[in-house]
Amino acid sequence: MKPADIIHLAETELDAQRSYKHRINVCCSSGCIPFGALKVLKAFEDAVKEFGVQKECKVARTGCIGTCSVGPAVMIEPGNYLYQSVTPEKAREIVRDHVVLGLPVKDMLYGSKAYFEKQHRLVMKNAGKIDPYRIEDYIAAGGYSALVKCLIKMSPKDVIDEVWLSGLRGRGGAGFKIGQKWTFVARAHRSPKYIVANLDEGDPGVFANRTLAEADPHAILEGMLIAAYATEANKGYIYIRAEYPLAVDTLKKAIDKAKAMNLIGQNILETSFSFDIELRLGAGAFVAGEETAILASVEGNRANPRPRPPYPAASGLWKSPTLIDNVETLANIPQIISHGGLWFSKIGSPTCSGTKCFSLTGKVNNPGLIEVPMGITLKEVIYDIGGGVPDNKKFKAVLVGGPSGGCLPDTMLDLPIDYESLTKAGAIMGSGGIVVIDEDSCMVDTAKFFIDFCVEESCGKCTPCRVGLHKIQETYARIIGGVGKPEDIQFLRSSCGYIQEASLCGLGQTAPNPVLTTMRYFGNEYNEHILQKKCAAGKCSFKHNVKEAEI
Amino acid sequence: MTTKTVSLKIDEHEITAQEGKSILETAIENGIDIPHLCFLAGLTKTGACRLCIVELKGQAKLFASCSTPISDGMEVITNSEKLKAYRKNTIQLLLSERTHVCSVCVANKNCELQALADKLGVEHVAFEREWTSENVDSSHPFLVIDRNRCILCTRCVRVCDEIEGVHALDLKLRGKDSQIIVDFDDSWDKAASCTSCRKCAKVCPVGAIYVEGEPLSETKDTGIADFVLSRRKK
Repeated sequence: MKPADIIHLAETELDAQRSYKHRINVCCSSGCIPFGALKVLKAFEDAVKEFGVQKECKVARTGCIGTCSVGPAVMIEPGNYLYQSVTPEKAREIVRDHVVLGLPVKDMLYGSKAYFEKQHRLVMKNAGKIDPYRIEDYIAAGGYSALVKCLIKMSPKDVIDEVWLSGLRGRGGAGFKIGQKWTFVARAHRSPKYIVANLDEGDPGVFANRTLAEADPHAILEGMLIAAYATEANKGYIYIRAEYPLAVDTLKKAIDKAKAMNLIGQNILETSFSFDIELRLGAGAFVAGEETAILASVEGNRANPRPRPPYPAASGLWKSPTLIDNVETLANIPQIISHGGLWFSKIGSPTCSGTKCFSLTGKVNNPGLIEVPMGITLKEVIYDIGGGVPDNKKFKAVLVGGPSGGCLPDTMLDLPIDYESLTKAGAIMGSGGIVVIDEDSCMVDTAKFFIDFCVEESCGKCTPCRVGLHKIQETYARIIGGVGKPEDIQFLRSSCGYIQEASLCGLGQTAPNPVLTTMRYFGNEYNEHILQKKCAAGKCSFKHNVKEAEI
Repeated sequence: MTTKTVSLKIDEHEITAQEGKSILETAIENGIDIPHLCFLAGLTKTGACRLCIVELKGQAKLFASCSTPISDGMEVITNSEKLKAYRKNTIQLLLSERTHVCSVCVANKNCELQALADKLGVEHVAFEREWTSENVDSSHPFLVIDRNRCILCTRCVRVCDEIEGVHALDLKLRGKDSQIIVDFDDSWDKAASCTSCRKCAKVCPVGAIYVEGEPLSETKDTGIADFVLSRRKK
């Protein structure tokens, strides 16, 4: 295949798509399949045949549309009619009324317009629109044109310059400048060079990367290819957890298709550029998402982090220069190349360009996968997109950044979402989890939940994280068990500072965040628990007889 | 390979040293004491125990001096009040983690953890101590592993893999549940890959692996890895 063939293929495919009057996109991602999405897909296909409209109506299996709580979600184009909670019976009804008669079934349409209004779909622009199993769909949507552009018109340095200009920062959590990272790897004149795409999303309640891989796997592959071209890397690994079977399957098939079309492998598109991509399945340790632990795991070792320096850009996989990027970062790349770095730098906030995918969960009316421009406030996310807290309950806190994120109170809702603001508030961007907590939850209990998680997931290599976190866990057990002491607060505070500073890797360094932020913003609840042996939310039952336990 | 020299400052000492060395190695060479435990000359540096952490001027983070290479113009602070406090904390955490009772321990007076605690002024353990009942394996004809005394420094794992070259020892589980295992978590007498070379016992900083009936002062040889390695290069 030659570069021109890609353009030709895109045109042929677009022509084929234009011959359909309607396109029914059935979300078959991990969120919708448990609701019966595959049966719904079959029902649509049957109904289209039954009404004899196969020639004018295309039924497509797609990735996530975004409204994960009301699945299976179905989108009918043109007009972007979004149907919620579709059943096989209703599928027939939709085909009959909407496709055949031209009358959208109003009472089944998704209600919250605001859910999409404040979103900016950039990384997820193809999600829910293309069939992830068809590379032709991706190419028709402009896919692989950025790679072609790189191969024909741009030098590796041009590509890096464009990424610098875009201001793109790592979406894996730390927010490192991608242009800088790529420059480091490009400057390392040693071969082989590797690229590792991080898809080890291990945070509870976070599913943005999984959804991306299920909905638009080729965007990740294209991003990796461009990164490889820019840094002159030879081999890439996508590190994905084995608990994501659908994403694994989607990626595997996408890699096979791309290989068959000479988009991955030797002399890509008949140029001198060669790059191979392989999947590596992780066994599901949270710590394996850490930059150096992922390297150990790809090498086939126990996923233990190792100290930096040396940084992976100098000495990564098998001691070779290695670029590690989150898949969301990589999926941004094709668009930066297509539209230019300047275009990208104007999206989002000045210090933080672009968008970020968040898994919005917890006590909100519209949970789901959202993508918002950087700099949007928490309030907009929770109230406009999320639709506020259900059942007239009072908002209490929002946890941003997964288990090592921070719990922020209502006074912080005007906080813009960007790396600096979040860090200053005690939270982190992390892998993009937003969990809304209402008045029914106890913040001491919430912090304990996340400490339990981190104790469970600590690899056990360094002392502060392995033993220090365990001591914090014990202290929480005491406080929640009704035998907390006033000095426990001071102990928690000093231990947290020690663990943050002395730990080896990001897991230990950020694990105390939920403790520190809950103490900072909800200190009164700690006092209640310790001094009055009372839990206002009624979550913690003080089982012990307090007096006896104290004696 | 051409070796470049770099100039750096460790506390008040101006030092010139060969590039490629770590801060801790340079400090040791120059007689500057930085407390350390998991580090052992000749083995991979894992930066695990976090005792050798130092401050670098101009950097907010703390660095493990065993694994951080020296560079020109570097200014290292090894003994700030914060570092002292953190090290004491680390020692106490290690002492509280499993069952460490010096008076009945085979390593009493031959223990690096004990010596460090003494040197750093750890007089008591502020944390609640865990009295563990981990597996003690004495099935081997003369080697014994008492996991209640293990501090998970992985010196034994590394010496077995990197120096003896058999990798009979490794870790299982994670976090505070981590345990040193022999082969596929076999009892030691059934471990086919173990060559009974005793190197694990020679490098164990505490009394977790020892030779039955032999005083630890006889067994211990923390220079073994470096010695073998220096011969190997020639």
